[in-house]
This record gives sequence, C-alpha cells and structure tokens, in this order.
Amino acid sequence: MFTFAGIGFTAPWLLLGLIALPILWLLLRAVPPAPIRRRFPGVALLLGLSDEDQQSDKTPWWLLLLRTLAVAAVIIGFAGPVLNPDDRVPGSGPMLVVMDGTWADARDWPRRVARVGEALEAAARDGRTAAVVTLTDLPEGDLPFQAAEAWAQRLPSLVPRAWGVDGDAAVEWAEGLSGAFETLWLSDGLEQDWRAPVLAGFETRGAVRVFESPRPVLALAPARFEDGAIALSARRATPGQEQTVEVSGRGLDPNGVERELARAPLTFAAGETQAELALSLPPELRNRITRFQIEGVRSAGAVSLTDDGLKRREVALISGRDDREALQLLSPTHYLQQALAPTADLIDGSLDDVLLANPDVIVLADVATVTEAESTALTEWIDQGGLLLRFAGPRLAASDISRDAEDPLMPVRLRAGGRSVGGAMSWGEPKALRRFGDTSPFFGLTVPGDVTVNAQVMAQPDPNLAERTIASLADGTPLVTRKRVGQGQVVLFHVTANAEWSTLPLSGLFVQMLERLAVSTRPARPSAQDLAGTTWTADMVLNGFGQVEDAGTVPGIKGEALAAAVPSPATPPGLYAGEDRRIALNVISDDTTLSATTWPARIPVEGLAVTRETLLKGALLSLALGLLALDVLASLWLAGRLRGARTVAVALGLALFIPQGGEAQTPEDTFAIEATSEVVLAHVITGDTALDDIAAAGLRGLSETLFNRTSIEPLEPIAVNLETDELSFFPFLYWPVTPDQPLPSQEAYGRLNTYLRTGGMILFDTRDGDVAGFGGGSPNGRKLQQLARALDVPPLEPVPSDHVLTRTFYLLQDFPGRHNSRDVWVEAAPPDAQSVDGMPFRNLNDNVTPVVIGGNDWAAAWAVDMRGNRMFPVGRGFAGERQREIALRFGVNLIMHVLTGNYKSDQVHVPALLDRLGQ
Amino acid sequence: MSHAADLRAHGETLAGPLPALLADAQHLAQSVVLGAHGRRRAGMGDEFWQYRPAMPGDEARMIDWRRSGRSDAHFVQEKEWQAAQSVLLWVDNARSMEFTSDKARPTKAARARLLAMAVSILLVRGGERVGLSGLGLPPRSGPVQLLRLAAAISDTGDAPDFGAPEARGMLPRSRALFVSDFMGDPAPVTAALTKAADRGIKGAILQILDPQEEAFPFDGRTIFESMGGSVRHETLKAGDLRDRYLERLAARKAMLADLARATGWQYHCHHTGQSAASALLWLFGALERDH
Repeated sequence: MFTFAGIGFTAPWLLLGLIALPILWLLLRAVPPAPIRRRFPGVALLLGLSDEDQQSDKTPWWLLLLRTLAVAAVIIGFAGPVLNPDDRVPGSGPMLVVMDGTWADARDWPRRVARVGEALEAAARDGRTAAVVTLTDLPEGDLPFQAAEAWAQRLPSLVPRAWGVDGDAAVEWAEGLSGAFETLWLSDGLEQDWRAPVLAGFETRGAVRVFESPRPVLALAPARFEDGAIALSARRATPGQEQTVEVSGRGLDPNGVERELARAPLTFAAGETQAELALSLPPELRNRITRFQIEGVRSAGAVSLTDDGLKRREVALISGRDDREALQLLSPTHYLQQALAPTADLIDGSLDDVLLANPDVIVLADVATVTEAESTALTEWIDQGGLLLRFAGPRLAASDISRDAEDPLMPVRLRAGGRSVGGAMSWGEPKALRRFGDTSPFFGLTVPGDVTVNAQVMAQPDPNLAERTIASLADGTPLVTRKRVGQGQVVLFHVTANAEWSTLPLSGLFVQMLERLAVSTRPARPSAQDLAGTTWTADMVLNGFGQVEDAGTVPGIKGEALAAAVPSPATPPGLYAGEDRRIALNVISDDTTLSATTWPARIPVEGLAVTRETLLKGALLSLALGLLALDVLASLWLAGRLRGARTVAVALGLALFIPQGGEAQTPEDTFAIEATSEVVLAHVITGDTALDDIAAAGLRGLSETLFNRTSIEPLEPIAVNLETDELSFFPFLYWPVTPDQPLPSQEAYGRLNTYLRTGGMILFDTRDGDVAGFGGGSPNGRKLQQLARALDVPPLEPVPSDHVLTRTFYLLQDFPGRHNSRDVWVEAAPPDAQSVDGMPFRNLNDNVTPVVIGGNDWAAAWAVDMRGNRMFPVGRGFAGERQREIALRFGVNLIMHVLTGNYKSDQVHVPALLDRLGQ
Repeated sequence: MSHAADLRAHGETLAGPLPALLADAQHLAQSVVLGAHGRRRAGMGDEFWQYRPAMPGDEARMIDWRRSGRSDAHFVQEKEWQAAQSVLLWVDNARSMEFTSDKARPTKAARARLLAMAVSILLVRGGERVGLSGLGLPPRSGPVQLLRLAAAISDTGDAPDFGAPEARGMLPRSRALFVSDFMGDPAPVTAALTKAADRGIKGAILQILDPQEEAFPFDGRTIFESMGGSVRHETLKAGDLRDRYLERLAARKAMLADLARATGWQYHCHHTGQSAASALLWLFGALERDH
C-alpha cells in the first residue's frame, strides 16, 4: 500500500489524474455560462444597446477553485485513501474466525460482530478466504472457507446461543480439522476445561490470535426460597474491585402487563466472585414474579426464570374435630401441617373466612357436611381452579354424604361404613399399595413396602370409578380418587390424614404425592426420581440475549431427562410445563462457578478496542458531492437565476441538509389548534356530501349571524369525523340525520358519551318536521333511534315554555327551521322542579341539555353560500323571511345556551335583588 | 362572459369610495346632448338658472307668470344649459401588457382594465357618455354601456407585441384617456395625440409599468424576448445594460410628458406594485380639471 502522510491509498495510480486538473482549469475558464431566456416587455428599449465588454463573462476564480476541488476530491476518493492504515504484513492463506457464541458472548455481541467484520475486511483486502465458526453451532464437515466478503454479508445473521459450548464435541471437532490456516478466536472470557485441547487443535494448523472483551461477565443464579425471603446470588468471572449491580424482578401486574415488580442492589465485595442478596417480598408480589435479571446486562446468563419453586401455595387446613381433647399426634391435620409447612403458606380459620382469601388448596380433613351456602361457594371456587383435598375419617364414614347420589364435593359415591382390614377384630393382613398406573399423576413414584392401610372408606363401583381412581390398594380398592370440576378438581384420600387408618402419612411417599397434586411446592430443584414418569414441554425459552420467547411447538421431554438437563440445543433454557407444574431450566445453576480464562503466554491476546482503519473514500466522495452542489448554487447565482421564489426553494433544499431539530406539527395538532383558537361550530360528517355541505353552509350562516349580533365570534365551521377527530374541542355539534348514514363504531360511541357527559351538546336534526311528528314514524326518525340507542341520552321532554332556551338571547317560544314543527325535545326538567312565588320560571336543571332533538331542518334555514346569499327558500314571502329570522334567533339562543349554560336562568332573581337593594 | 363580469365587479369596488366624477365640459356645440352638466350659462336644461325681463321677441308662453305676478314687469325663466360629455378610452391590449414579474402582482393589462373600468363607472355615474376610441364602441351613457365596455376591453384577441393608440372615431372636443405601457414605437403615440389635439380633444395619458421594468434587476448572460417573441436582444452582461436601459426609460417618460404638455394633456406613470386607488385618484383629478 502506498502511504503518504499517514494516509494510505489502495489505488495510488489514480492519483495521476490530479495532473489533469490544470487542463480542467483552462477548459472551465473558456466556457461561458449558458444564457437565460427572459420575457421582458422593456426589450424594446434595449434594442441597439451593445455590450461594452465584448468578451464573455469569465467564470470567477473561486468558482473554478470550487470545481477543481470537487474533481480533486473525486480523484483522491477513488484512489482509496485509508486513515491509520494497518501496516502489518498481510497474512496469507485461509483465515478461521472462531467465536464461542455462548450466552456470555451476548453482553457485547455487536462489538464482537464488528471485530469479526474488521478481520474479514482485512482478509478481503489481502484477498484471503475466510470462515466464521461459532462453537455452539459447529459446522458439519470441512471448514466453510469462502471469500471474506461473502462471510461479511452473513455476519448479521449470527446470534449467540443461550447455552454453553458442548466441550466434547468441540474438542473432537478441533482435533479433526485439516489444512493450514490462521485462527482468530473471539473468546467469551470464561475458563472451560475444553479450551486447552481446542487451542491445541488450532495451533497445529497455524498461528492463533485471541480477542477478549475486558467487560466483566456477570451471571445470576436461580432464585431460591430461604427463611421466608428470596435468596438471589450473582456470580462474576474476575474477582476485582467492589461492584454493585441492580437486580430486578419482573412479572405480570394485575392488569396482565409485564412490569418491574422489585429491584434491589447487589454488591460484590472486593475480591469476591459471588454476591448474595435476600429479597423479602409480600407473597402476592412474590407469586407474580416470573424472572429476575441483572439490569443493563444483555445476556441469557443474567436472567433467571422462576418457577413453582418460588411460588408458595396458600393451603387452608380445615378439620372436623378441632375441639377434641387429644394428643397432638392424633390431630387430623398434624401430618399435613408437618408436610406442608416448609413449602406452603398455611391458612387457618373457618371455611367462610378462608374462602375469602381465595387459597390455592383447601384441605378438608374428615369433614362430612358443609352448609349449603358454603357448598355453593366451594363449588364456585373449585370451578375457578381450586383444589379441594378431602381426607376420610370416622365422621365421613358415619355420614350419609355421597351415599345414594354423588355429592358435588366428592369424587365418588361411598358405601356405608367403610372397611377395616388387618385389625384385631378382622381377618386378613393390612393392605399395601399397588404400583401407580401410567394415567395417574403419581406415576413414577416408588411405593415403599412399609406403607399399609388398616381401614378405609369404600367407593361404590360406578361406571366412572376406574377413571377417577388415581391410586389403589393391592386388592384394587381405590385409595385416592379424583374428579375434575370446571378448572379445578376434588381429590379424596380414602384414609385419614393422620396415622390412625394407615401409615401413609408417615412415609415420604405422602409428601411426594402432595407435591404431585400440587398441594405443596417442591423445595428445590426436583430430582430425577421426583419427576420420573412425567412429560414436560417447553413453554417459554430464553434466547442468548436473555429475552423470553414463545417456544412454539416442540417435542416434550421426559421428567428424568429434564431433572438432569443442562442447557443445550435439545433442552434450551426456559420454562417447562407439566401437568400442573412448571419447572424453570436456567442457564446458570446453583453450582455454576465462573472463572476468567488464562491463556498461554505464547498466544497474543487483544482487547476489543483497536485503532480502526478508517476508509476515507466515502467521506471524500461526499465532500465532492457537496462541493458540486455548492457549485450548482454558485452557478445559478452568477447567472442571475437565483431570485425570488427560487431563492426560497434553494434555501429549503439547503434546510434539508440541516438536521431537523424541531418537531413538526402533526395533523392532529393542526386540527386541535384550528378548533381551539376560537369558538368553532361543528357538524358531524354523515357521508352524504350534499347534506354535509348544507350542514357546513348552515353553520356558516349561523356563525355569521352570531358574529354580527352577539359577542360570539366563531371561525369557519369544521366538519367532524366521529371516528378519528377529538370531540372535546367543540361546544356544539350539529348532526343531521339521514337514513343511510353508517352507525359510529364502539370507540366513537365511547367518545360521544364522554362528550355528552362533560357538557357537550348535540343538535339532532331529522329534517322531516314537515311530514313526520316526533317518535320514529319516518325513516329519519327510525335512524335517529338507531343512532341514539348507544348514546347516554337522559329523559327528554318537549321544550317547556320556561326553558332557558326560550330566553338566552332572544325571547322565543317557537323554534322553527325550514319547517315549523313544535316537536323540539330537550333534557327533561327534574320532577321536583319548583316554581317560586313571584318568579316567572321554575328553577330548572343546572346543566346544559346534552341533546336537542327536532326535525325542523335548521341548517337549511341558516345556510348561506360563499357570497352570503341565502341558499334555500323558507316559507313564502314576508312570513317566510320572518320564519327564517326566528330560525336564526333560535340558533343564536342555542349557541348562547351552550356557551353560557343556565346563566339566563339566574336572571329570574333580578327582581328580588333589586327589591333588596331598595330600588 | 364571467371575466367581464368580474372586471366590472372589481371596478365597482374600486369606484365605490369616490364621488361621482363630473368631467369638465368644454364649450362644445356639436356634441351637446342634454345631460347632467350645468354649463354655467343659460340654455336648454332642467335646472333653474335665472329670471330675466321679457324681451321683445319672447313668445308669450315663455313668460313665467308666477314670477311676473309679483311685480309689474314680465319675466322669463331661463334654465341652465346642461350637456353630457363624451369620454373616449383607449386601453392597450398588446401582449406586452400581459407581463408581470410576480405571480402575486396583477399584470399591467389587468391593472389598466381595472382603472379604465373604474373611471368609466365614475363617469357613467356622473351622467357622462363613455366609449372606446376607434369605431368599436361609440360613447353612450347608462349602466348597460359599462357591460359593453367591460366586454370590449376584456377581449384580447390576437394582439401585437406592442400597442399603438387608436385615434379614429374620436368626437371633436370630447375627452380621452389612453392607458398603456408605451413601451413600443413612440411615433403612433405622437401622431395620435397630435391628431387629438388638432380636434380639440383633451385627456390623460396613463403609463402603467411593472416594478421590474423600473428596476431592471438582471445580471449575467441573458436573452431578452418580448412577450410575443417577435423582438429579442441578447447580452452577455445584463448588469452592464442597467444604467443605459434606465436612461432610455427616463427619456421615454420625458418624451411622453413633453408630448402631453404640448398637446394640453395630462401624463402620469403608475406602477402595478402601487395601489390602484392612487392612480384612480389621479385620473379623477385629471379628467375633472378645468383647462
């Protein structure tokens, strides 16, 4: 590369073109600017005038300089200048770029991709082939060496994975490589035991360079529940100075919107790689959290999904024999409390009280009957997803519940009395449990041999007994039965919850069964045995950047496999859903430790920040373009063409190059400003153009009348589209009714109702006062009923003679438009409106009537064209003009009423005030 | 013809604020027609002028008996001699008048027609007879004549690049108004004005110019063309021509003013950038003035 003053040139021979510049200078000087043709009547006076200087206008020197500079910039630009040229000896042979592509890479992925891009660019300049490989996504077969440019184009499609590198596969792959190539390894900065063999594999093929980001690797371990608080633990790879990170818990709020629910700082002490935090949250909040993440770190390792392990179920324990004086161990709920206390929040109280708390599970231990009200409430609660867990006992056995007909709160019918086996007074041995069937939720649990049942209640052999049985004794009699009700279920253990009838509550199986029924929640990561026999499917998965994505349809995996799973392509980290439970598989597990890489001294390690080569070609060509644009302006100016409107156009063109700082006014803003700068009357767009024009003309006429006669000075009326426009700007809407106008949408109705409730007024005009009375006899009237059905219209009455509309400006008793019907309806006065002695008017409602309904075609009577002439005849002769005048007066009164409310109503007190003043 | 109607409406608007324009009626026997103009002398008319003692030769029916009954002598009532004045307009309709340097500004032709119509309206309102010079539209009075005038001066037809005044058909001792930019050959103007002066016609010349024609704000290599394209002039440095152009324009104006002075006419130069009302005021004064 030819280098000059710190700038290298990729194509230095092109610089010879600069020699041509002086020739260009001479050529440009010789050519005069093109003439302008101009129409000008004064040419007659110019005839015979000759130019004093016969030589043409020369291009001024500065314009020549401008053009020469532009051409020079083009020549230099195409010569390929490079700032900070990389002077290293160009490598030869193929180059392999290896990226780890793990979750730890995601934190500065764009910078890594940019670094790979730089390397590929360098390779492309040297004409080398290259291959880009991510270790999480190993290529099949030979290394895909291609032209470096081809790889550069595919760079944006590379993504980091949410799992680590499969060490064995990577080592095998590295050892199987063949050929000679140079390697550039972008490591994620975490020490792994497979790194050394893989490095050795690369070194046998050629030189290896390593790039590592200096940014620390941070990871968040799964949240645990410890001592009533959430224990969070963060890891970092390099022990260093004290560092504080923010950890936030996110989840759905009651409205179903995901938001940050908790946030706490987490501090790594100096020299430590682990930081702990105990986060105490209210149970309601805690149960909502779906994931914790380290703020500001974009990596799957910084996110830990939470599952049922963090959720604490609320379990209500209710037993029928609380009042009995007995040993603690004989209490019906003692073993349940022992089993559930570590993993669930227990609620005590009467059934009424606990139902209010809406627990997840209600346990009825030997409770036979409940009141009818309680039964109804319980059924409803089960329907909505509650789990009713019942245990048998002497009371249940003695009662008649679910004897002849199945009780809604029992899964099966029971036979009277129950049975007792293996006791002193009975034949036979105590019965053991049979292995769980594969349809049972307990499938996979091992049955200990020492669990025996002495007594139980017996289920009636009904047709559906078999499918409801989820656990049975060795002789086939049901031990646990279940019935699904709505979204919830009713489960009955046919034995007691204490050790009276069986040894089941004493065994570990009891706890496991409760867990499988989702009564208790598992304390920690489930073991393979806990999950044996279950199938799980991914619900949500994490991508490498720590974003939660929908998993789509993926095959389910065995519970045993899930228990032992580490994040991998087959089991991506995410949330796995089983029958009633969800298990999170996180990138970081409890026993993950992070440590920084150590490379052999012979390997050169660079940080990501290097001095970049900067290609100046684009900048120079832009400069040339800019100079040429300036040249256009200057030439125009010289030729005298840059005047008047053109100057404005050019200034506008220049303004395009200036970054736009201000925010342009949106059409909505313009509309709002137009509608609110003055009082504006508005009409609703009906879709019938002729009708809309009449409405606009009518409001224009009314506006003019108001302007001339009153202090209201409205602007030009505005047409309002109910679907898109904001209504609250308008005090008054005129709505002509036509049979074929479309009904507004639900949202529009919502806005209209708000408008009516907050003081707006709509004047409905059916325009058929000449042929139809009020009440829907005409097509327009029926359409009005349809339109107004969804509106919040108060009770109506014909305008009473003392309504404030009759005297807001003019004294009126008739409200004619083009028709003279008396049917004009307004909001009814309250029934208790009182007439005060000596007052001509009642004290009527305090508000502006939200609607005025009539059919007098007012707009036609008010309408004026653009010249101010009346558009439609009203009546005949003088009487007609009088009617039009009254119509206008009605309009004035109406607008006055809208704008001043019942102000004129208050004037009824004037006589009293005058009287008090002694007048 | 909506264009004519618009023109008339605008003319009405402009003429509104002024009192009725009464042209100064010269002593002119031939063109006497009874009208609203008192001639300050006894003659035929409607208005009372004076009583004079009856003279021998007065017919008995001419004696004003009411006045005579109050004295011993006989008196005759004389009326004031009233006559209408004819005013002839020439509005240049040449292509050069269609020029305007700015879209927001009216063309010279539009301004000329507007002023002509305004003056016509004032004259008609004052009872005068207005017509076009030439043989197209002889002077008549009355509002219908305004319609005909508006139609006639709005008719551009195919016009030459530069106009020449029409001096035919001018009634002797009437009044005349020439409106043009007077950019073309000055010889026809001189001839027309001389001919008019020979017939005792007095009047006004209104020169209408665009502001650009006064400023000549051009630069660089330019080919100037007349509006019709018949005349063209190329220059390499338009800026250098400015001074000489302005000299020539001033000379043309001076020539027109001299010509007007010599023939007893009035001259005024009006720019389309100015208010039309100022030009109308001047016209009002010029046609009213008594010479």
